[in-house]
Parts: sequence; C-alpha cells; structure tokens
Amino acid sequence: MWRKLHSLPGLLTAVFLIVLAVTGTILSISPALERSGAIVPAVGEVTVAQLAERVTAHYPGTEQIKRLPSGGVVVYYMNDGNPGADRVNPITGQGIAPYQPSAFFRWIKDLHRAFLMDNGGRLIAGVSAFLMVLMCISGAFMLSRRAGGWGALLRPFKGAGDHRIHSELARFAVIGLLLSALTGSYMSAVRFGLLPQVVGSEPDFPAEVSGGTPAVIGSLKALKNTDLSNLHDLVFPYPNDPQDVFSLSTRQGAGFIDQSTGEMLQYEATPVNSQLYDWMMRLHTGEGLWWLGLILGATALTVPVLSISGTRIWWKRRRATGRVLDNADIATADTIILVGTENNTTWGFARDLHEQMAAAGRRVLSVDMNQLADTYPQATTLLVLTSTYGDGGAPTSANKFMEKLHHFHAPNGLQFAVLGFGDKQFASFCKFAIQVDKGLAFIGLERLAAVGFVDRKSTEQFTEWGNRIAVVTGVPLALSHNPVPTTRFELALVDRADFGVAVQAPTSILRFGPASGKKILWGLFRKKANQLPGFDAGDLIGILPPGGKAPRYYSLASSNEDGLLEICVRKQPDGLCSGFLHNLTPGDRIQGFIQHNPNFRPAAGHHPTILIGAGAGIGPLTGFIRKNNAKHPMYLYWGGRNPQSDFLYEPELSRYLEDSRLSGLNTAFSRAPESAYVQDKISEDASNVCHMIETGAQILVCGGRDMASSVKQVINEILLPLNLDVDTLERDGRYLEDVY
Amino acid sequence: MKKKLFIAGLTAALAFPAVALAKEVTLTTELTNYRGDGAYIAIYLTDSDGAYQGTLWVAGGKSKYYKHLRDWARGSGLNSAEYDGLTGASVSSGRTLNITLDLDEALIDNGYQIRVDTAVEDMRDNRADIIAPLTTDGVGQPVSGRGYVQSFTYNF
Repeated sequence: MWRKLHSLPGLLTAVFLIVLAVTGTILSISPALERSGAIVPAVGEVTVAQLAERVTAHYPGTEQIKRLPSGGVVVYYMNDGNPGADRVNPITGQGIAPYQPSAFFRWIKDLHRAFLMDNGGRLIAGVSAFLMVLMCISGAFMLSRRAGGWGALLRPFKGAGDHRIHSELARFAVIGLLLSALTGSYMSAVRFGLLPQVVGSEPDFPAEVSGGTPAVIGSLKALKNTDLSNLHDLVFPYPNDPQDVFSLSTRQGAGFIDQSTGEMLQYEATPVNSQLYDWMMRLHTGEGLWWLGLILGATALTVPVLSISGTRIWWKRRRATGRVLDNADIATADTIILVGTENNTTWGFARDLHEQMAAAGRRVLSVDMNQLADTYPQATTLLVLTSTYGDGGAPTSANKFMEKLHHFHAPNGLQFAVLGFGDKQFASFCKFAIQVDKGLAFIGLERLAAVGFVDRKSTEQFTEWGNRIAVVTGVPLALSHNPVPTTRFELALVDRADFGVAVQAPTSILRFGPASGKKILWGLFRKKANQLPGFDAGDLIGILPPGGKAPRYYSLASSNEDGLLEICVRKQPDGLCSGFLHNLTPGDRIQGFIQHNPNFRPAAGHHPTILIGAGAGIGPLTGFIRKNNAKHPMYLYWGGRNPQSDFLYEPELSRYLEDSRLSGLNTAFSRAPESAYVQDKISEDASNVCHMIETGAQILVCGGRDMASSVKQVINEILLPLNLDVDTLERDGRYLEDVY
Repeated sequence: MKKKLFIAGLTAALAFPAVALAKEVTLTTELTNYRGDGAYIAIYLTDSDGAYQGTLWVAGGKSKYYKHLRDWARGSGLNSAEYDGLTGASVSSGRTLNITLDLDEALIDNGYQIRVDTAVEDMRDNRADIIAPLTTDGVGQPVSGRGYVQSFTYNF
C-alpha cells in the first residue's frame, strides 16, 4: 500500500517536482540575500514615529514606508511629480540605494508557483505539493520498515545503488521536504478555496476626523507606541488633505491615525488564527527566517536525484516482473512455487525453477505467497522462495502469508522446501524464510529438504539448492539463473606474485590491466574499449572460468584509479576458477564483471579502523590501507601460515607503516614456532582493541568463514565488559564482514 | 446630497442605456512595462477636490487586495455595493484596459475628475496614478500617469 502511494504520485509528478524543487532552491537564497543587505535595529531601539520623522527629513514626498519581511525598510516617495522607491537606513532615515525587486527572482517565483501559466499552473503546483506530502509520509514508512524500525533510521543504512542513494538522501531531506510540501499544499488549498482563510476584518476608514492642523509626525502618539520591529507598513495621508489619515498596519493589527491628534482610529486587531496563513507562508518561503529558507532550499536540491533514482528503482522492479509464466491451475497443479519478494528479484529465480520443473512434466503453479489458496488438491510438492524484508519481516508479496497459512488445508503427503534469499551483512539474514519453514512444518507438512539460503543473489548457491531438490524429487534440475547483468569486460594479466606453495596454501596476487587493442563501433564513433570500469577496493569481481556456468567472486584489492585490477586468490583443491586463475601467465585474458559492494568500506572520519583478515582475505584490506592517504588510524591483524612462505604484501605493508597509512600491524603465523592464529593475536591485544572500540572504532573482517566466526567469538569476549556485542556493532555499521 | 443624485443618475444610466441623458464613454488605460505581476486598477469619479463620487471600474479578482488601491478604498469604504458588477481581471504589464460605459451627461464639464489608483504585488501602491478632469475639451487627450499607467484617454 505504502509503495503504491509512493511510486504512483512520484511517477506522475516527477517533472513538476524537479521544477518546483530547483526553483524553490533558487528562491530560498532570496531571504538570506535580502537579510544580508538590510540594517535591522534591535527590538525597542526605533519607534515608527522616530523612523517616520527621520525618513521624511530626507524624503519630504514620502507616501509609504514599508518594512520588508527581511527587516529592511523601503520608502515610496514622490519627488517633483516623479515616483521613487529607496531602501533606507532605519537609524538615520538616509537612503541606501534605489529599491527594485529583482526581475529574475520574480520570474523564478512565477515559475515556481504557477509554471508561468497562472491558474492552471497554480493548480498543478498545488497538486504536486499535495502528492509530495503523500510521498514523504509513505516514503518514511517504507524507510522505517526497510531499516527495521523508526530508531534504525538514525543508524547507517546498508544496500547499494539507487536504493541506497534514494534512502540516504530521503533520510536527510524528508523533514524539510515534508515542511515545504505541507505549507505549499496549505497555501494552494487556501488559494483555491478548499481551506478557509481566516482574515481579520479590515478597519473601516474613519467617518470623522478632527480635521485640525497636522501635528509633527514624530509627535503622533500612536506611532510613538509602535516599535519598528512590528511594522508592516505606514501609508501617509494625501498631501494637504486634512480629512485624510495615516494608515498603519502592524503585526498585531491595522488602523488609522488622525494627522492632528495622533489618536488611533478604527483599530482592528489581527485575530490570532488568521496568523496561521502568515506563519505557513513564512515557513514555506523563509521570509524573515532566512536560515530556515536556506535549509529548506538545500533539502529541495535532493528532489531531482530522488526523482531520478526513484524512477529507476520503479523501472527495475517493473522489468523484473518480466514474462508471464505458463501456470497450471489450482485444481490440477502438482507443484506449487510460492514467491515472497520485495523488488521482484526473487521472481527471476522462481521463473528458472518453474520452467525446469514444467519441462520435466510437472504441472507447475507459481504465485506470490500472498496468493496462497485454501488448498491445492493435487499438489505433492510445495517450494517457497522468499526474501526477508528489514529486520526479519515479510516482504511485500508475502506479508499476508502467515495469516493465510492458518486457513490452509494441505492435501495428504504434501512435501515442502523453503529457499531464503538475503544478504549476510544483515543481522536478520533469511529470518523470514526460517519462520516460513517452521510455520509449514508446524501445520503438519513434511519437509522435503532443510531450509536453504542464497546470499547476495548467488547463482552458485541457487544451483546447489536445485541439485539437492533434484535428488529428493527426482526431477532433473540445472538451475542457473543469474540476476547479474551480463555486461562483461576483458582483462589481461599484467603480473603476478606467488606465495605459500611451501606451506600447501598456494596464494597469488594477480594484477590485471585492460585488454588492449579491441575496438567497438559505437554509433558513428569508435570508442576505445581498453578502459577499466569503475570499482573500489572492497568491491567484487565476478569471473567466469572457461567451462564454468556460475561466476566466482573475488574481493578487489585496488581501485580503478590505480590503473590496475588486483585480486588475491588462494588456489582451492580442485577449484575450477582458482585453478584457472593460478594457471594464467602475463598476457592471458579473462572476462569479468564488477559487483559493487559499497557496504564493505571503512567509514569516513577520524575513528580508528581495525582490519582483520587471514590468508587471501588481506586483499581488500591492503586496498583500504593503500587508499588511506588521509592517514586516519588503521590497524591490521592478519594471520598466515609461515612468514617465510605466505606473508602476502609484506613489502607494501612495511612501506605503509613507514608513511603512516598503516598505524599498527599484528601478524600471526600458524606454521611458525609461535603457532598462533589471528584471533589469538586479537585476544592478546584485548585491552588495545577494547579501548579502540570504546572510542568508536569500526571493525572490518575479510577471509574464510571459520576464521570469521572465531574472530567474532573473541571480539564478543572483549566486548563483554563494555556491555556490548558484535550484533550491536553490526547494527550500527561498525562491524562489517566479507567472508567466503 | 449631490453624491446621492449622481449615484441615482449613474444607476439609471446603467439600467436604461437608452435614456437620452446618458452618454457612452470609452476609457482607455495603457500600462507601462513595469515588470511585475498583473496590476490592480480602480477607476473612479471624484469631485474637483478629489472627494470620491462613484466607482467606474475595478480590475483585479481578489477583493482582499483592494485596500492597496488606497484613495479609492478610502472613498468607497470598500463597500461591495459600490463596485458590484463593475469588476474584471487584473491587467498585465504593458497591456491596455478598455472600458465602455454610460455616464450621465450632467457629469461632463461640471468639475468632476476621473482618477485611477493602481497597485502591483510586492511593488508600490499608486494612489491617483491618473487625475483627468472630465471635460469635453479633454476628449481624446492622453493623460500620462505617475505610476504604472503609461497613458489614460477617454472618448465620447
């Protein structure tokens, strides 16, 4: 529901909102500019009587004195029959400069409130503002659900690409945007009569005045009683007309002043509730609140980016819905595939499964989990593929599933298997899939296979799960869905450094450059294809080994600015891809694609960074150190086997220690006399580690799964006295893992 | 007393255009390029002392802004009975407003004046932007304004 409320208005109004936001930002500068040029006396320093006396001394033909919302004072006067308007210094009454409202700002204002089209445009602007209110509210709800609660909105977000950009900006801007949109909607609604505007009654011109000789203006009592800070404007009587009066309008009310007696006549106080509109207008324009104007202007700048990233998110989700499947019907289907998904990504995997099951002769029905029927009379196999949303919640297409499960009548002998999709960086990895698995077992279904997991859309893990299902169902499955786009680039090996052969852990640092020479015809232009794509240390490269179906991922130790793509690869026994890479000689070519991994990065700032790794896991960690040109404190704990054989990056690390890119290095070697693992070194150094965490340190772990869990255990022990644990740090984005 | 008579005359003229005493008058108000939003304009009759006698036309849709047409507002007391049926849209910068109405012949060459007040959002208010004595000699003679009015002409 929230999503529909969010994306439909967004798509409808994107163009208008961009115009409103850009013009709004430009206009937001105006109050600050005006304020900077204005001389504003303190409250109580100047009365309107003093001001009027000083101004008329310099401008005998004064017709009107106006105080602008910025605090500046303008006088409108006649001089020898010619009209003029000047800004004046309210303390001396002297003119500063001619007053001419900016034609540029006026044009921008007209574009902002009416798209230069008067009433029709004003209507569009008003409707857009109202839809923006809906989007702010629905967006906030979606954001909190995604982050795992309102409190989580203050903690660092995870995720990548358009989603990340969209949510980070929205979090920054939502309050400002909501304020602008609400006040804009209110003003528009008042303008079109949808909301009443309480207006104080205008004072009637006095029927009787004393008609006496005009007194000196500075002596008029009503003007002496009014402070300049409350003035809106003061209109002077028509020259030589004793029957005319001064009109005074202030923040508190309006009335007329007898030229001779100085008495206030026909005063009407401004009703408190009629000030609502003024306040809404001030909050919207920042007039008289120049700092608020600048803040709102800055938040409005996010709108173009939000519109574009939002549209892209919508488009990707839309595209992922893809083709229609050839579904069997409820009465005859023997295989049911239920899909729980937030962004339709899981549907891509489900489609692969569906097609292969159907090709093997099964009558397959695939639907969203929310479309669970009361029963499937002929069904024998129920396969559930689901992601998890936020902190263990159901994704959109499955949010009614648990409730529906209560009314589900399973036919005899129905077997099920659940496959969860998620990202191991999140604490609640595949939590919803586990709940579904338990729920199905609870209502009496027989488990076909234990709940499976796919981390970060891994094709490999999907294939493995398929193989397990193939064994137990007897349906031949060769699942290979790969949601990663297939734009690949070619690389050539530049050089390599080999380590660890003597200790049975052959590990190589491989450096690739762009494969040169190949040209692609790009429209009418020839574009050189020999450039590296954009990537950073910590991102992943997916490599397809010859004859391999699924790509293998390796963490990058360099960024494209270094001009080389560097990875650190341990040769696995019988490893197809690592074997292939280890056999490369300089000049050999490989194909790969980049998978960005923006969550695995040291946080910016002065807090210390603790890097922990073992074996080839040192790759991205070295990359982080190499980029630490700001020389923030960075400490590396690393474990290898033997300092003579597999001390990866030894020369580089000592250089980084020398030039302070690395503050401390602590190594452990398991096949050396000391025989220690990296977690032992952390244990030994517990008081330092503890102190660093206390001062806000962030921990990044890269390496094998066993090492990572040992490290986690040790850190948890260290954290005990601090009343903290790794889970808490993880939630705050202070404990990151890249494990394999 | 005089004022009452005039209003009766004007009303009669408007209600019965065929009455012989009425004269068809065309008022042409040309605005300068003052570079602002649409102008609010009040055209009204005064006596030779500038005392308000009656409204001829008000351009501008929102009555809450009428107070900026100050002399007219003061004279008419912003009483809507004074201008009912005599209003139209505001006039953009550089445009011309043409009004045709029937006036009592007795008003011509009798010391009456046509005055024009103008106002624009966020810009100055001009009372008596135009003061034009209503005389036979003045027919077709443009009077230049001191505010947003470039020239004002009447013909009958």
